[in-house]
Amino acid sequence: MDLKDKLVSSFMAFEETVDMDSSVHDIRSEAIKIFEEKGFPSKKDEAWKYTSLNAILKHDYSIFPKKEDAIEFKDVKKYFIHDLDSYKIVFIDGQYSSHLSETTHDKIDVCLMSSALTNEKYKAVIDNYFNKVAPKDGLSSLNTAFSREGAYIHIRKNTLADKPIQVIHFSTGNESSQMLQPRNLIVVDENSHVQIIERHQSLTDNPVLTNTVTEIFADKRAIVDYYKIQNDNLNASLIDNTFIQQLTQSLVSVHTFVFGGKLIRNNLNFYQLGEGINSVLNGVTIIEGKQHVDHNTLVHHTQPNCESHQDYKGIFDEKAVGVFNGKIIVNKEAQKTNAFQSNNNILLDDKASINSKPQLEIFADDVKCSHGCTIGQLDENALFYMRTRGIGDKEARALLMYAFANNVLDTVKIPQLKQRINKLIANKLNVNLGFDL
Amino acid sequence: MLDIKNLHANVEDKEILKGLNLKVNAGEVHAIMGPNGAGKSTLANIIAGKEEYEVTDGSISLEGENIEELAAEERAHKGIFLSFQYPVEIPGVSVTNFMKTAINETRKAQGLEEMPAKDMLKKIREKSELLEIDRKFLSRSLNEGFSGGEKKRNEIFQLAMLEPKLAILDETDSGLDIDALRIVANGVNKLKNENNAIVVITHYQRLLEYIVPDFVHVLYDGKIVKSGTKELALELEEKGYDWIKEEINA
Repeated sequence: MDLKDKLVSSFMAFEETVDMDSSVHDIRSEAIKIFEEKGFPSKKDEAWKYTSLNAILKHDYSIFPKKEDAIEFKDVKKYFIHDLDSYKIVFIDGQYSSHLSETTHDKIDVCLMSSALTNEKYKAVIDNYFNKVAPKDGLSSLNTAFSREGAYIHIRKNTLADKPIQVIHFSTGNESSQMLQPRNLIVVDENSHVQIIERHQSLTDNPVLTNTVTEIFADKRAIVDYYKIQNDNLNASLIDNTFIQQLTQSLVSVHTFVFGGKLIRNNLNFYQLGEGINSVLNGVTIIEGKQHVDHNTLVHHTQPNCESHQDYKGIFDEKAVGVFNGKIIVNKEAQKTNAFQSNNNILLDDKASINSKPQLEIFADDVKCSHGCTIGQLDENALFYMRTRGIGDKEARALLMYAFANNVLDTVKIPQLKQRINKLIANKLNVNLGFDL
Repeated sequence: MLDIKNLHANVEDKEILKGLNLKVNAGEVHAIMGPNGAGKSTLANIIAGKEEYEVTDGSISLEGENIEELAAEERAHKGIFLSFQYPVEIPGVSVTNFMKTAINETRKAQGLEEMPAKDMLKKIREKSELLEIDRKFLSRSLNEGFSGGEKKRNEIFQLAMLEPKLAILDETDSGLDIDALRIVANGVNKLKNENNAIVVITHYQRLLEYIVPDFVHVLYDGKIVKSGTKELALELEEKGYDWIKEEINA
């Protein structure tokens, strides 16, 4: 039985484990039908032209991993930004881990999707927001059908979340291989602010496939800073679907840092539904070996006087493959839109490749839209400059790569996170420069 | 110190240096002048070890040791420093951190421990005062957004920090106003001693009023065609290079 059939036929059994009377029952049932009809995307789909899921779909994944295994904090501490005072929502094999988590209901709700989906208290929010911005494609629908657990974050009106929130999904792979489908919902009401750091981490060499959906709603003048750290092992694949709806004068930024994983696909969609909105999409990708990373972005401008800024940097070594597909739609009504997109890449090896494709669909006549894409090598003259100062070739290359990614790193607003990302990069480049990057 | 004998070098099969000889002793300041395209910057880059140049004949030795086969960083570790005409910008890496890396990489190559942070700070303070560099400048990203003068001053600051045996200054005066030129030249003069040597590559005589050379050489068509004392520089300033070309071609 292939994975699609297995998933579809497992749905009934799954349904029996969740509350059939809940308001999301109908949503799940409809979603599984959509998945049954559409299935997994293939290379025939324009949006999947450069990324094939075939290799990762052939494993016999366990769809309902067993209950959580005990993990000691000391063993996974390194995956947290542990010097940062933060709330934590932690999952192990798709199940909530209370002893690794630190949630709250004091002023803000930082808790679990499973309780939000079943508890009357959250019904209004779920009814208003759950599955309201996720598109009805195969992968999102698959996640919706099996949505049960994940992070639920609700920042009520006029509230600044008092500290950042870390959302971490661990997989232990006790079973031979497993598929996880975390579902996160983030609702930020008017004039509120939150910072969120998200990470998926496999602790096993067994294959792991995560198909996650995160819906983010930013109400008027809300500010959301969302950081994704994707630094998983070579047997873990991630399909990250993040959908964002923004209202008037809200500011949402999503940073995606990719340093590892077998196959990573980021579907990141912004829907602007008001005026004076700003959307920021930043990414740094540094991969090697046979890793494959695909950033697929959409920014849909529907109202006047809005902005979007995309800046994706990629460094690809050995046989690594990168894809950047950035789509910007500017509706006829969305006059005075400023939409910028830039995708700069460095190929360190003749066998590495990047497929970069901007897609601009502009129906308004008074807009500023620009896109730029570069593909190059490290600047030999700059390397020579550093080497004349006694800096070895490897270190000089690392400094140049760091400099290349710097303007994106500079926009990280949490100092501890920035420091950690710098460290990840230094580790990745295998250098000790005598100072902390 | 530096001994270049019959140096021939190509870039992409085009011969740029055609049998160049140059001997620089410790404690000396040499100026290399010449018209555009004569090969001045090529010479500087070859001494420093740029890989795109191919040495086809001749030799370069530093303190009696042949260095043609050494990588650029190995030459730096042996005490060669090249100040660039167009220094490279490195966003996100401060001047201080860049210097820490450069000094400690050099010390590592020489089998020394990393320089203790206290000593490093002391040295940075001393050398920045020497070049009248504001401390705030040192925490800025290397060369990013620096004016032409700041870039050159920063080059000389690095020279001061690294204390090379042989410093090659490639067109250090270009883009400098008179005050910056004075500061840079003063810095260089204070760093000069009987154990090191300086090669100044310049198109104009102006810098040589401040950094007074012991010898002046004219590089033309890949060779040193005339050598003299500082008076030669004045003569070149006054008469241009045409008379030299005529002398050679006669």
